Amino acid sequence: MAVASDVPKESFRLSMLIYDTRYRSITIQVFVLVLFGLFLAWLLNNTAQNLATRGKEFNFGFLWSRAGYDIGQALIPYSNDSNHFRALLVGLINTLVVAILGCIFATILGVIVGVLRLSKNWLVGRLMTVYVEMFRNVPLLLWILLSYVILSETTPQPRDFRITDEMAAAGTEPAASMMFFDTVAVTNRGTNIPAPLFDVSLGSVDLGFITLNLTILAYILVIAGSVWVNRRILAGARAQQEATGDRPVTWWKSILVLFGPVIALSVALGLHLEIPELKGFNFAGGILVAHSFTALLIALTLYTAAFIAEIVRAGILAINRGQSEAAFALGLRPGRTMNLIILPQALRVIIPPLISQYLNLTKNTSLGIAVSYLDLRGTLGGITLNQTGRELECMLLMMLIYLTISLIISALMNLYNKTVQIKAR
Amino acid sequence: MKKSVFFGVVAATTMVAGAAAAQSTLEAVKARGEVICGSNTGLTGFGAPDANGNWAGFDVDLCRAVAAAIFGDATKVKFVPTTGETRFTALQSGEVDLLVRNSTWTASRDSELALDFVAVNYYDGQGFMVKKDLGVSSAKELDGATVCIQTGTTTELNLADFFKQNNISYQPVTVADDSEAQRQYLAGACDAYTTDASGLAASRATMPDADNHIILPEIISKEPLGPVVRHGDSNWGDIVRWTYYALLIAEEKGITKANVGEFASSTTDEEAKRLLGVEGAGDLPAKFGLPNDAFKNAIAAVGNYGEIFAANIGEGTTINLARGLNALWTQGGLQYAPPFR
Repeated sequence: MAVASDVPKESFRLSMLIYDTRYRSITIQVFVLVLFGLFLAWLLNNTAQNLATRGKEFNFGFLWSRAGYDIGQALIPYSNDSNHFRALLVGLINTLVVAILGCIFATILGVIVGVLRLSKNWLVGRLMTVYVEMFRNVPLLLWILLSYVILSETTPQPRDFRITDEMAAAGTEPAASMMFFDTVAVTNRGTNIPAPLFDVSLGSVDLGFITLNLTILAYILVIAGSVWVNRRILAGARAQQEATGDRPVTWWKSILVLFGPVIALSVALGLHLEIPELKGFNFAGGILVAHSFTALLIALTLYTAAFIAEIVRAGILAINRGQSEAAFALGLRPGRTMNLIILPQALRVIIPPLISQYLNLTKNTSLGIAVSYLDLRGTLGGITLNQTGRELECMLLMMLIYLTISLIISALMNLYNKTVQIKAR
Repeated sequence: MKKSVFFGVVAATTMVAGAAAAQSTLEAVKARGEVICGSNTGLTGFGAPDANGNWAGFDVDLCRAVAAAIFGDATKVKFVPTTGETRFTALQSGEVDLLVRNSTWTASRDSELALDFVAVNYYDGQGFMVKKDLGVSSAKELDGATVCIQTGTTTELNLADFFKQNNISYQPVTVADDSEAQRQYLAGACDAYTTDASGLAASRATMPDADNHIILPEIISKEPLGPVVRHGDSNWGDIVRWTYYALLIAEEKGITKANVGEFASSTTDEEAKRLLGVEGAGDLPAKFGLPNDAFKNAIAAVGNYGEIFAANIGEGTTINLARGLNALWTQGGLQYAPPFR
């Protein structure tokens, strides 16, 4: 007869929460969670109490009242009669424009510098080292201010472009003149570039708070279509090359497909350029790219590119020497080795730190306030905050928006990262 | 021990206002031994540190008068420079006891920001400054011009309204502080610089070629500038208000920095006796929680309103402002103090 040696079931005692390792970690976690909850409650209570003592209430109703101020650079229709929410959108778009352009330019420049820094050419390598170290080790704000001061102090005033009657009679040239066949004027306020205008307007569709310009939409569709057809042509050529060993000539087809439809659309819509012209105090017509924007973009690009260059260099150095030796052994030239062998493998090392550089750049756009660039920080966190006195609401909203932008960038880049990672099973 | 650390952290962060509200501002100031006064970051004539780091100016003198009224010593005041953007938050959070910093009295600041403007020490209006060689003689000719404005002020709203009313356009350049606005204006990056006319005069005074700049005749707004206190402590507001009125009454009665001692002993004017706390004339200053000779000390420290005006911004100084609206009511101005009784 077998004796069932049941372990006597131990009854639960309170002291086991501390002395029994099975429960201890849970105890500690619950304890910390409760503490954290208390801290949050205190924080909220403290905020509510302080708001109450100052006779302020927490609501976002102010966003729908009239803003009353003007914004220099507004990419969507905006006037001082618009509400604070509209001003927020204008600021948000200004932030995004600088952030997106900055990320693109910084990546291009960063990759070039990173590759060149590894160059066997002594001078090129050292020059890139000097550039990287200079930009990495000086605060960004100083670079922004420096580029702005250089742009606004060294360029001529609009009135220097004027040709007065006496000057015309004497045949003297004005102190400054326009560039690129008299189409672009750089003044100490900004760069005036020609604006595309259309004889035929396709109109626009109002989607609540955003108006969709059908002309721009048509261009986007046509370009996307052209790119798609071009890819089909190239894919067809590749299939034929792999099947027969002969690659058909496609360059003229590509050019035709890529540029033909766009040119046809432009002719159909009557595209012409509106050239800026000096009128009164400033250049009128065309598009004014303010120096605050240019300076911010230049500084952000140069600063972030220095970091990206280091990331790219690290990524390239992480690839085993054997890879390039094998490529040379196969007879590939150094340029093609870099493009076909090294960079694709380096990408999986490069992408993760690159994400945080993109995030940094996006958040750093808020320094634009130093050069009067009205981004989200300047509109919502600056003028709107000041005129309405809603610090808490504005700050929370601004944090929320920056957080959302950052998380979106992060998510997109992580998706991309998945595609370039080594597929390990 | 633990409790005091905790309290220290709390006080250092956000509870300052709460603590200050529990204790009256006057008690807090007395316990601290000095008045903390929110000042401009540097506007010559109104509030700016001189070469030795001593604060001087029209607004600064009012702070000193308040300190003299409370402590009998005009040096017991600390100046905290604030920008257009930070000034009201600094006051609300209790970082400063009062704010004397060319701040315009508006309804929304009184209501939404929960602040109290206690007096108007300078009646101002927004104006434009342009370079002489721009060839502009009226603000209405500024169609299409680039205009520099300081952010966080009433001026950006006035500016938008003015250009809209006159149906002309402009390109705003919104800058963070006065010095950057001046740099851009001098570099020609903006055609015109707009702020309160007194501020323009003060800026012009510091420019190397002051004669080449003109202030256009249009005054496009009412800008009553005055000292501000937090909402909810009426006695503290009264102290600041009546210190200011004491300076006005002093000018009205001819009491000056130099003669205040002699005046107190010789005058037969009952109001002046009450104001200066002469023995036997009642204890009205003490009703504010101040020493009985508080206002005498204030006048002795900085002089009367007219003296302060003349010394800092009046005709003959580099700022060179006429009294205009800021003359006493007896001389056709708006400065008028209620009776001290």
